[in-house]
Amino acid sequence: MNPLSFLTQMIRIAIPYLFAASGGVVAERSGIVSLTLEGFMLSGAFGAVVGTHYSGSPWVGVLTGMFGGLVFALIHAITTIRYRADQVVVGVAINLLAIGVTRFFLKLFFASSSNSPRVAGFGGNIKAAGFDNPLLWLGLLSAPVVAFMIYRTPFGLRVRAAGEHPEAAESVGVSVERVRYLAVAISGILAGLGGVYLALDQHQFTDQMTAGRGFIAISAVIFGRWSPIRAAGACLLFAAAETLQIQLQGSHAIPSQFIEMIPYVLTIIALAGVVGRAVPPAALGKVED
Amino acid sequence: MTPAIRMVGIDKSFGAIRANRGASLEVMPGEIHALVGENGAGKSTLMRILGGLMKPDAGRVEVNGRDVTGWSTSDAIAAGIGIVHQHFMLVPTLTVAENLVLGCEPKTRIVVLDYKRAADDVRKLSNETGLVVAPDRLVSDLSVGEAQRVEILKVLFRGAKILVLDEPTAVLSPPEVHELWAVLRRLRDNGATIVLITHRLDEVVELSDTITVMRAGQTVERIKTSETTPAEIARAMVGREVSLSAGKRVQPVQRPASPQPGQGLEVRSLTINSSRGIRVVEGVSFGVKPGEVLGIAGVEGNGQTELVEALAGLRPVLSGDILIDGVDITRRPVAARHDTGLSHIPEDRHRRGLILEYTVADNLILGVQKYFAKRGVIEKDRVMENAIQEISAFDIRPANPILAARALSGGNQQKVVIAREMGRDFSVLLASQPTRGVDVGAIEFIHQQLLEARSKGKAILLVSAELNEVLALSDRVAVMYRGKFAVVMPAAEASEEVLGEYMIGTKKGNAA
Repeated sequence: MNPLSFLTQMIRIAIPYLFAASGGVVAERSGIVSLTLEGFMLSGAFGAVVGTHYSGSPWVGVLTGMFGGLVFALIHAITTIRYRADQVVVGVAINLLAIGVTRFFLKLFFASSSNSPRVAGFGGNIKAAGFDNPLLWLGLLSAPVVAFMIYRTPFGLRVRAAGEHPEAAESVGVSVERVRYLAVAISGILAGLGGVYLALDQHQFTDQMTAGRGFIAISAVIFGRWSPIRAAGACLLFAAAETLQIQLQGSHAIPSQFIEMIPYVLTIIALAGVVGRAVPPAALGKVED
Repeated sequence: MTPAIRMVGIDKSFGAIRANRGASLEVMPGEIHALVGENGAGKSTLMRILGGLMKPDAGRVEVNGRDVTGWSTSDAIAAGIGIVHQHFMLVPTLTVAENLVLGCEPKTRIVVLDYKRAADDVRKLSNETGLVVAPDRLVSDLSVGEAQRVEILKVLFRGAKILVLDEPTAVLSPPEVHELWAVLRRLRDNGATIVLITHRLDEVVELSDTITVMRAGQTVERIKTSETTPAEIARAMVGREVSLSAGKRVQPVQRPASPQPGQGLEVRSLTINSSRGIRVVEGVSFGVKPGEVLGIAGVEGNGQTELVEALAGLRPVLSGDILIDGVDITRRPVAARHDTGLSHIPEDRHRRGLILEYTVADNLILGVQKYFAKRGVIEKDRVMENAIQEISAFDIRPANPILAARALSGGNQQKVVIAREMGRDFSVLLASQPTRGVDVGAIEFIHQQLLEARSKGKAILLVSAELNEVLALSDRVAVMYRGKFAVVMPAAEASEEVLGEYMIGTKKGNAA
């Protein structure tokens, strides 16, 4: 096994996780449960393919993909923040809705129930091994940028306050609703970008192409104890496990199913408090009267 | 002189409940104004309207002569109104400085939080006011007294000239209370106007210049403090004569003829860990004899809660023994402890005492439901019979057994708990904060019930944050400090000052 190829493949696999987990951290720190990342990613991926297909430019695809994530994020935000619906229930519904909506428009736009036609993407130079894709660099930057935002800006301070003690934030004139709308919108855009990367990397949209990556990203958020940098570390760890599985394929040393379990097993371990206590933001998922 | 605050004819309803009915309040600048009344009298609603958290249905609010009726939180803050809430409005995971600047953050360039300036501002304000707290500490690491300092700093930081403090002393130890008084007097002397919401009459008399009394959503009296007495204020609050047990001592009663040794509650070197594995009670031993009240005082968080939970069977003990009438119950589950003769009034009636959605009748048989069942089916008639009987015996209002417990006032909810725990046969009673959040009238009733049980030869362990309650009801008083009994003494020899010193650990005691 070539260490360099292992590393590059790991990073390419990690990018969608990094985008989505960074988004998940922002929403969850503001107090909104991010079970929806899967749906945001899927709609982002579909948006990217539609935009790229009709314009011929992947940059337009990036914008339409971000928009796709944002639309679903706003549905999530309006139902949970404005109408105070249960965030877990809505989250599951959003994910199912994203599958249905993308499938519907796939049929409508591309007359196929399985995949879109091939679209343009970024980079493609074999020697660059994917590192000529600007989205890859953006993905690597997402966690540090989110960390800076959360810990060093007034908006980040308000996000943390909204997630820990919304009444306290409200009592000093901070609009918790506004903070949460923005946080969920940011999570939709970031997770959408994760989907954009995935679709443009494969040059097409396929039905349910995110295949649980949003859930791995949530696992990374929890395993990373709601810190953007630790969550990014978790994304890299999960990606390394996946790379290992791919590179070991054929050797049958370990059944691939076991490798696929790693993120979920680690998340359960993290939640059980073995690796330091995973204390979620105090107001996470709470609906106040 | 223009009043700093003038509220006239304020109406505010929540569904069928009329929290304010033409309430009024007039506060002059530079005074400490006490707003008193029983729970549910409408004090907090009135202050929420003042702070812009709610809009009144009718009425007029003026601040410094300006009509501000129906303004928003940020308007109120901008106009110099600062509310120190009863439940701290601080984010525990943020630092002191971060909590202070939340909502009005200083920035370096465009988007970056200027943390250094925030910390400097805190230090500067600390020096000016004498409210010292290190800006970099996490709020979750602060003591209650320190957290309150941060709350006051927070409103001052926003330029508050009119401070509203909602029950500020409920969680403080006596020395912390005196420190707070000094701060408030200093603020007043520097020109601040202070509204103090409280139900402790001794505080009102000690600190305030003027008093407004509210009852049932209306303002019933406005009077200069120097022209009234605690008894008069209490009468205005309740609308009838009340006996103020605070300050006056009960006489020791005749005990049942020579109680058998080992009767009552006996605890031997009990050691308990908190849920996080921290030692919270260490080697505590004591006994409570039949016909005796042992009062435990102490600043909250010194192990009282865990001690009571362990005695009630809600928390495992690490080592030691618990005996009731000579029977070792250390390893017995809650139900078996009930059968041995233990009753428990839990400190948090919402968390442990009641199921708020259940009816009063159902709440009255919680834990003893098996006695109301025949072949596994609950007999409704007997439940109702029991409810009607207990409702009249314990004066629960409204006298409606099928009302949900949630619909009752705090005092009547507590009476439901007390009726259930004291209405059955028991020999040892654990009464934890039995009058917390309960109005003056109900406090009087609950105290009578406890004293009656004592004269019937029950052993009572009373844990209370109210020092005067502990002193008034107990035969002996213990102070818990850092998981141990700092002192155990006859109540007749104790005073608030002495206990206060043990409570904060400046005086170390005789007890193990």
